Amino acid sequence: MTSALLDVQDLHVYLGQSHVLQGVSFSVPEGGVTAVLGRNGVGKTTTMRALMGLVQPRGRATLGDADLTKLPTHEIVRLGVGYVPEDREVFSQLTVEENLRLAVRNGSARYDLVYELFPELRERGGQRAGTLSGGQQQMVAIARALLNENRLLLVDEPTKGLAPLLVAEVAEVLGKASETETILLVEQNLGVVARLARDAIVLDQGRVVYSGPAKDLLADQQRVRTLLGVA
Amino acid sequence: MDTFILLTVTGLALGALYFLIASGLSLIYGLMGVLNFAHGAFLTVGSYAAWWSSVKLQGTIGSIGLRFAVSVVIGLAVGAGVAALVELVLIRPLYLRHIEQVLVTVGLSFALVALVQAYWGPDLHTIDVPSWLNGTTGLGGAHVPNYNFVEILVAAGVLAGLLAFLRFTRYGLIIRAGVENRAMVTALGIDVKKAFTLVFAIGGVAAALAGVLAGIHFSEIDPTQGTSLLIFAFIVVVIGGLGSIVGSAVAAVVVGLVQQYVNYKSTGIGDLSVVLLLAITLLIRPGGLFGKWSPTH
Repeated sequence: MTSALLDVQDLHVYLGQSHVLQGVSFSVPEGGVTAVLGRNGVGKTTTMRALMGLVQPRGRATLGDADLTKLPTHEIVRLGVGYVPEDREVFSQLTVEENLRLAVRNGSARYDLVYELFPELRERGGQRAGTLSGGQQQMVAIARALLNENRLLLVDEPTKGLAPLLVAEVAEVLGKASETETILLVEQNLGVVARLARDAIVLDQGRVVYSGPAKDLLADQQRVRTLLGVA
Repeated sequence: MDTFILLTVTGLALGALYFLIASGLSLIYGLMGVLNFAHGAFLTVGSYAAWWSSVKLQGTIGSIGLRFAVSVVIGLAVGAGVAALVELVLIRPLYLRHIEQVLVTVGLSFALVALVQAYWGPDLHTIDVPSWLNGTTGLGGAHVPNYNFVEILVAAGVLAGLLAFLRFTRYGLIIRAGVENRAMVTALGIDVKKAFTLVFAIGGVAAALAGVLAGIHFSEIDPTQGTSLLIFAFIVVVIGGLGSIVGSAVAAVVVGLVQQYVNYKSTGIGDLSVVLLLAITLLIRPGGLFGKWSPTH
């Protein structure tokens, strides 16, 4: 039995008139990958943004002694929460090297690890991030998060829009990262989920409808079809 | 030819003043999305602080050059301090509430000018400057007032300094990234609000510098000088592209020159020509010369 690193209780988020998260509760155990699954628009990205303080939530999300819902984004990150956003959000006008340098939180940045995982980033250090391909931008986004040691890494749809070869590469990198860091992963690609995730949470209409071992969920084809809309 | 040279140098000097005001406006808007209508008041506060300290130091510092230098430093410090205070006390509580921010800065621009007027009166004042500053230098047959060269050199120095700051410092990196995606900067663990205060302070220094130089250029300071110059600085920022320092520099030169040339040909039409220039730029490049434009904005 592993202890919970993150405990989310009754999380609500309103975006304008929409009640996007309607009392989301789940726990993320220490170590490994926990996948957040669900159809489009059920609140997966909003959950990640709420945990990062990028949208204002109601409820509780405790990481150790800290309630993330009460903290500004930069303080959440300084608690050791890394974030790889959906759509990468690299700084297109900055170089690759500047994107990485900006992400350094203390003197012990893990450049060696990052360049070992993504050797291409070293070669493209002087190139503007906006001129990179989608896959290369994803490398920058993941590298920015991995530069620092994280207690919890939030990764939002890292394989979205990538070619199959790059999907495998990204999955391999996240697999390596999960050996030392706890990862909460939003992912639509069930192959990647099957490969990486020990646990899974499924959201539907802003509520958690499944929480348990990922392999149990994926083995139940009927449930996968019902909850995720895929065969 | 001598008239053309005189007009060109004067136009460049005027552009230098516009740039000093516009650079702060542009950075503040680019990073924070705040249209700071109180920016002209920073100019007024800076120029009055320089003039007032110069008057007060008359008995203490005999050398006019040294007194001028000290009073300029005081003017810049007051400009920076007032700007940082405005950000901390008035702008920060209204973070992301853009309409309220505009209302506050508009109100503040009136209030600060009224305060200066109430304390020092509506009369014009003159800043004591070393005599060489009001002398002239021969250039291609034209006798160009020296303060024009000083304004151009100061603005060029500020431009180079700002670009170096943005390019080579950690805060410069944060500001460049923040102009592009403020939320993502915070998601990297950076307290972007410290950069907000710094940008306001930098804007305050540049505006106060413009205030002192405008006091020399127009031979006088008055409480409404900042407001008048702010209009042209806004035009410069929009033509150059919101958030672009280089864009502001290029646009300031163009606006200053057009205003001078047109005014020479037909007195009083210079201001109108600048507005026309703004309209043409927006029609051709809605985001300005160096800015970005999206149809949803």
